[in-house]
Amino acid sequence: MTLNRRQFIGTTAAVAATLSAPIVKAQGKPRVVVVGGGAGGATAARYLAKDSKGAIDVTLIEPTRKYYTCFFSNLYLGGFKEIEDIGHTYGGLAAGGVNVVHDWAVGVDRDAKTVSLAGGGTVPYDKLILSPGIDFVEGAVEGWGLSAQNAMPHAYKAGSQSELLKAQLMAMPAGGTFAMVAPPNPFRCPPGPYERVSMVAHFLKQNNPTAKIIVADPKPKFSKMALFQEGWANHYEGMVDWIGEEFGGGNVSVDPDAMTVTIDGEETKVDVCNVIPAMKAGRIAELAGVTDGNWAPVNAADMSTKADADIYVLGDASSQGDMPKSGFSANSQAKVCANAVRGALTGSKVFPAKFSNTCWSLIAPNDGVKVGATYEATPEKIAKVDGFISQTGESADLRKATYEESEGWYTGITTDMLG
Amino acid sequence: MHLVQLLSAIALAAFCTTAVADEFGDPVAGEEVFRKCKSCHQLGEGAKHRIGPHLNGLFGRRAASHEDFRYSKALVRAGTGGLEWHADTLDAFLESPRRLASGTRMSFAGLKKAEDRLNLIAYLRSFSDSPANIPEADPTASPTDHDLDPAILALKGDPEYGEYLSSECTTCHQADGRNDGIPSIVLWPKEDFVLAMHAYKNKTRAHPVMQMMAGRLNAEEIAALAAYFSALEQ
Ligand SMILES: Cc1cc2nc3c(=O)[nH]c(=O)nc-3n(C[C@H](O)[C@H](O)[C@H](O)COP(=O)(O)OP(=O)(O)OC[C@H]3O[C@@H](n4cnc5c(N)ncnc54)[C@H](O)[C@@H]3O)c2cc1C
Repeated sequence: MTLNRRQFIGTTAAVAATLSAPIVKAQGKPRVVVVGGGAGGATAARYLAKDSKGAIDVTLIEPTRKYYTCFFSNLYLGGFKEIEDIGHTYGGLAAGGVNVVHDWAVGVDRDAKTVSLAGGGTVPYDKLILSPGIDFVEGAVEGWGLSAQNAMPHAYKAGSQSELLKAQLMAMPAGGTFAMVAPPNPFRCPPGPYERVSMVAHFLKQNNPTAKIIVADPKPKFSKMALFQEGWANHYEGMVDWIGEEFGGGNVSVDPDAMTVTIDGEETKVDVCNVIPAMKAGRIAELAGVTDGNWAPVNAADMSTKADADIYVLGDASSQGDMPKSGFSANSQAKVCANAVRGALTGSKVFPAKFSNTCWSLIAPNDGVKVGATYEATPEKIAKVDGFISQTGESADLRKATYEESEGWYTGITTDMLG
Repeated sequence: MHLVQLLSAIALAAFCTTAVADEFGDPVAGEEVFRKCKSCHQLGEGAKHRIGPHLNGLFGRRAASHEDFRYSKALVRAGTGGLEWHADTLDAFLESPRRLASGTRMSFAGLKKAEDRLNLIAYLRSFSDSPANIPEADPTASPTDHDLDPAILALKGDPEYGEYLSSECTTCHQADGRNDGIPSIVLWPKEDFVLAMHAYKNKTRAHPVMQMMAGRLNAEEIAALAAYFSALEQ
């Protein structure tokens, strides 16, 4: 059942009268709080503010003043982008009517329906949307912890970590070794580690052609595997050594002080070590009590959590079914969620959920590939409807067009998220 | 020279099963139709590019593949996306050039009569090099049915639903009409838009992402998008 506008105003007035004065109160308008201004959260905040035309009070809580996209951060490593090309401010959202609060959400009181901030205040909500991205599972890679992330960066949240990894890559001695510890499923951006291998290989081929890359991977196979392996053989012959599950790629420990990686009992001294540990939902989802295991289960129709009908989880942090954890997916889910939340709060029409995803990856200059699918909401999950993937052996022209498409997509999605 | 080719094309057509023979056009009648094309395209011995590229050797060739001709971005994109000239694609293109390549520079409304297209294609076919080497399907294949039911074109969509659906477009297509890497979709005539979406849906227009996106939109949803987009542009 959806509330119509009149009923809603009635309820809010009643609630406002019984509660002690909330800190943020905008003349009895329904209030949506969004935690996390990334691909999911920024999109949801922007669409809610834009489409409700001021009828909903939208607050976004995001600690960083500049969002560095993980998408295209590998292209930064490869030298195709500058770090500033992938940094975006929240000015467009603020101008679009979103109340942007730069702070951390540190707790959710589901009974009082408030979010508490690291800076001390609390913010009341009628609907709460969490899109906090990922955190790492502690102890996932033996020897690695957050205190080691300077010696062995993850660069799986973009920004300073990306810059650090790039600096280490540039400082590698001639003929040195770059190691990557790849994550187990499920994780953010399934082709991400392998696009990164490609971009690191491209950089090394230009600057340090005798260097080597070893990848320890707990998985037997990975996204777009045939495409990446074909590309590595064509462009970076002999440079990449991918050690999958079969050869003990999952049996790994690292020593950040000694800069060694031990794979299936064999210790190797390395010059750079990019550790991408197992992932889980951003911690605030767990603090809100909406997770089950590492992720937050949601209903496919509107992204509301199974645990609380007034809390929604978008993007990487959610467990929703068949969609990969990508920026495109998070953006797609955000639009479905915004439509449903607006309907619930203002009585506007709610349309059936439609989801889609396409992930482009760059293997070498002008050698782009893509994979994508469409999805629908079923009672159990977000279910795949149809999909496609680039083929091995495609023409150079098609690969170039695919890369150019990814550039267009990047401009499209960042504008769609942030205005 | 082209008389020989012409004869061999006819011979080939006659040789093929009689079931399709009547679906292969009449190249002589096609020459008449070609008069409409002549102001821009040359054909036959010594043909050169003019406003449009020359049309010798068209069959089996990728769209926009003459290196010495400046094509529209739209046609280049269609070519790299896999569009090749065969009887079926030519038929769709000649019926409505902008359905296959929205920004083509070919300012030609299209040949509405299926028979004209069939005849013209048969005529063009006779100027392709060694027709015998081209897969037999080309000259004899029956054109697929591209005719969009006028009832579909006349559908009135719900602009509010269209606005919601359009949010899926703006993930990739820039709302300000920029055209780098991914074509702009603003200021697109409504009818062209509907035709193009249906062409993706039935896969006459090449592009895996768009075929997938359009593939799951029904006729009402395409109409809803058209209604929203045209309301925007007023
Ligand atoms: C190397 C790499 C390459 C990638 N390439 C692509 C690609 O090409 N295409 C693609 O579609 N996807 C790509 N991705 C995946 C994409 O970046 C993520 O899937 C996407 O960002 C997920 O969106 P999100 O909203 O869930 O999280 P995020 O975008 O990470 O946003 C989460 C935000 O929440 C904030 N936050 C966290 N906790 C709190 C809190 N307690 N209080 C307030 N704010 C908080 C964070 O600061 C952050 O800004 C890539 C990822 C990586 C790592």
